[in-house]
Amino acid sequence: MLHTFVALVDDKPGVLTRVASLFRRLNINIISLTVGHSERSEVSRMTIVAEAAPGSGHRIKASLFKLESVLDVDDIGQLSCVTRELALIKVAATPHTRAPIFQLAEIFRARVVDLAPESLMLEITGVASKIEGLIQVLSEGDNQILEISRTGRMVMRRGQHTSRVLDAMRVASPEEEPIIPITATAGDVGLELLAGDPNHPL
Amino acid sequence: MSDKPASAASQPTRLTGSEIVWATLEGEGVREVFGYPGGQILPIYDALRKYPIRHILVRHEQGAAHMADGYARASGKVGVAVATSGPGATNLVTGIATAMMDSIPMVCITGQIPTKLLGTDAFQEVDITGITLPITKHNYIVTRTQDIAPVLREAFLIASSGRPGPVLVDITKDAQQGSADFDFAAAAPSPHRPHPMLSAEHDAITAALDLILSAKRPIILAGHGVLESNATDQVLTLAERLNIPVASTLLGLGGFPASHELSLGMMGMHGEAWVNQAIQQSDLLIACGMRFDDRVTGVLASYAPNAKKIHIEIDPAEVNKNVKVDVALIGDLREILETVLPHIVPRKDTTWIRAVNILKGDAAVRDIKNLPDLGHLYAAHVIHDLWRATDGKAIVVTDVGQHQMWEAQYYKHESPRTLITSGGLGTMGFALPAAIGAKIACPDREVWVIAGDGGFQMTASELSTIVQEKLDIRIAVINNGFLGMVRQWQEFIYERNYACSPILSPDFVKIADAHGIPGATVRKRGEVLPAVQAARSAMGPFLINFMVEKEDAVYPMIAPGSALDEMIRRPSNGHDAKEK
Repeated sequence: MLHTFVALVDDKPGVLTRVASLFRRLNINIISLTVGHSERSEVSRMTIVAEAAPGSGHRIKASLFKLESVLDVDDIGQLSCVTRELALIKVAATPHTRAPIFQLAEIFRARVVDLAPESLMLEITGVASKIEGLIQVLSEGDNQILEISRTGRMVMRRGQHTSRVLDAMRVASPEEEPIIPITATAGDVGLELLAGDPNHPL
Repeated sequence: MSDKPASAASQPTRLTGSEIVWATLEGEGVREVFGYPGGQILPIYDALRKYPIRHILVRHEQGAAHMADGYARASGKVGVAVATSGPGATNLVTGIATAMMDSIPMVCITGQIPTKLLGTDAFQEVDITGITLPITKHNYIVTRTQDIAPVLREAFLIASSGRPGPVLVDITKDAQQGSADFDFAAAAPSPHRPHPMLSAEHDAITAALDLILSAKRPIILAGHGVLESNATDQVLTLAERLNIPVASTLLGLGGFPASHELSLGMMGMHGEAWVNQAIQQSDLLIACGMRFDDRVTGVLASYAPNAKKIHIEIDPAEVNKNVKVDVALIGDLREILETVLPHIVPRKDTTWIRAVNILKGDAAVRDIKNLPDLGHLYAAHVIHDLWRATDGKAIVVTDVGQHQMWEAQYYKHESPRTLITSGGLGTMGFALPAAIGAKIACPDREVWVIAGDGGFQMTASELSTIVQEKLDIRIAVINNGFLGMVRQWQEFIYERNYACSPILSPDFVKIADAHGIPGATVRKRGEVLPAVQAARSAMGPFLINFMVEKEDAVYPMIAPGSALDEMIRRPSNGHDAKEK
């Protein structure tokens, strides 16, 4: 079964290797691994999705904790959370064949982010099944998919939950580390359209 | 020794990186290190003369790691090994892995090529932090002089806290040569982060107490954690108050006095029959600082089938790893037992302990101690006689194989840190260097090496180290002309096809003599005690070459794939008996 872990780790060289090496050692395949900044500088947040036996969640979590670079681990399991993935899909399309793809994009709430004479690029955000749905209908048509890039899953627990470890660190050093401001870029226009409907089936 | 910089001073002092290394070690209380110089660590060696730290020059860096390991096991302090880059660093690897598997606090310091050359395949460059990533508790590469002291201090904390383990610190040559302000106190690591999984919660303790209260046939499984957390007194109190038997893992030997009436001895693959029978018949296992290794459980499906299990363990990753437990108390063993003990009411029921004693009595007639030697020299007799001659008070450092199991069976350890052996990794060649570390840590203790003829040859070069450092170490080579445990498995499992297990050895007494170490060869049982006495009265090291029975086997033995009580018993009247 798929296990999803959120790990808060030191933002230092080699930390990714330590985490990845742990899964290698346990002979567990990583399905996706997403890393980026967290709300605290010097702390990165990883979302790791791995295929492992149903009962292995505790051991993976405990083993992650043994890494000195790992500050906190959350085994998401069946917890209520928001799950997102972003994909860029490049499709071969000429001015004559674009229209049906535009239609599909609209249905899937994907956006066209690049348009060239021979191709176009779609950006889609959502749960994995929604992205796979778009890829499937694109493939079933006459469209040739040229490239797919997926970020892998990111998750965040719903409600007030935050990391107790990071909370403790915040209390220990209250003066530092303001929350990193989110700066919108041109590419983010339209984000609010997706916000309302996380599990839109299409 | 002349111009000694203020090392552990609270005022910042301008020092070179190399001086900072030694000053930090001195501040951490290090008095001895084991190492071997080389190009990329020469600045550190150059600065050594300014600090009151003894350096033991090894003959191979693997020896340095094992010595630091043996030092740590004998003293409970952090052992330190030093090596140069490249081959010096890679030679440490077996020793680091040995320490990792047995949770030994150790800090290894390696030199590294200058920062600007990293990744260029420069002479003697190796990615040692990459290589040791899975066999260290943590590792570092330090490229800035000002980072040396904080990193080293954190390394000592990580090595010795929680479940201990080896930490490697790789320091580039430019960081060694640069200068920085040194302030030992200011370089202290930040208080350790809270570990959300470390908690023996109230509910769990109550559940454990309920299990203990209702159990009819409880047994304590005492592991290495008993020694690591200094919980010997607490375990003793628990056993006596409940009046229940204590079985030890290999690394747990010495954690409970062997002569105590509740002591069963070593459990597992080569544990005595009564130990494993008691575990299989028990209805409650109280596992203290042990990890249900495959060598102690046999086939998991049939392990202690009727027993509830309480697991007291500091590493949450060990809980439910091999054996599913009913109650897990996660944390320091000593602290948990101190919380639990006031709630333990003395147990009057003696039915169980009497039943265990009957199992013990049944097996005693097969005990090789009670069998005549008939002119043969048996390793078990040698170790039994050695135990008697040393009053069971020596620190015994064993290698890996048959002699290791005979030692565990026949040398009765009364106190912690008197048996030093490579349990998890099973590293042949461990004994001689680890004994050097143990002797450096405990110069007033009698230290014996017990090694086989195979393993002894792996690191025999450290005999020179013994002589150079003037160490009074006694060496018993259990010489049977075979890689004995390999031969035994070939006998039992591979139809006596002794593929590559016969081993030719030099005359070990002559090897010792070449080093200026006196020695003797023993071929009959009657010669054992006189030789041991000669070794004990020698002023300095001594080697005894015991020419023992060639095709002797360690009994009992649980063959792979068998349950814990399906053991191959000691032959009685010349017949192997497989009993349930």
